[in-house]
Amino acid sequence: MSSRKERSSRITEDEINDLILKLHPLLPDSSSRCNTKVSATKILKETCNYLKRLHKEVDDLSERLSQLLASGNVDEDTIRALLRR
Amino acid sequence: MNIQPPNSSSIKSRFAVKFVQAMKRLSKRRGMGDRYKRYRATRAAARVSLAAAVGPERAWSRAVLRRIKKRRGLIGRTTTNPRRNLRGLVPGGKGMDYCSLLSETAHYITCLQAQVQVMQDMLHLSSP
Repeated sequence: MSSRKERSSRITEDEINDLILKLHPLLPDSSSRCNTKVSATKILKETCNYLKRLHKEVDDLSERLSQLLASGNVDEDTIRALLRR
Repeated sequence: MNIQPPNSSSIKSRFAVKFVQAMKRLSKRRGMGDRYKRYRATRAAARVSLAAAVGPERAWSRAVLRRIKKRRGLIGRTTTNPRRNLRGLVPGGKGMDYCSLLSETAHYITCLQAQVQVMQDMLHLSSP
């Protein structure tokens, strides 16, 4: 597709690397490695791992929270306390 | 390229409100005796509530909200089909150019982190 080709020539490697580097501080344990250079490949790989981890955590929390539906325990106090945080 | 980081605390409160509302609705629904159904319903509610809290301003949240409108399986590729590459892990990732994908990923991660925190809080508050 010609439009896609035009666009990709405008987007530089630097821009892509820049965006990848911006992902790094979002990852866990990124602060311990801020002095050494981390490769873009490593960042992308760790980003994928982290996303999978986050998805799994949401799944696990969903499973545990789903017990609330069984006991009908979604009460006003919980809600108010939660929203106060 | 829109690379504004999301306001974490506002996402958290918007998500919390929507998710709790969704859970309340679900608790009144029939069929919640089935454990697996409860789990799937809760998970879907969490996903939808997060996307709704973010709204249509991001491509990833639009992708999630679009899937609901089409009534297609929400918990599709991003969780049950583990993929190695980024495009499979971010909602709507397959249709994006690479720069957008990276930008959306950053926003998506921050929102997921907020979601996890809220859900953990809820869990702690509801267990005696």
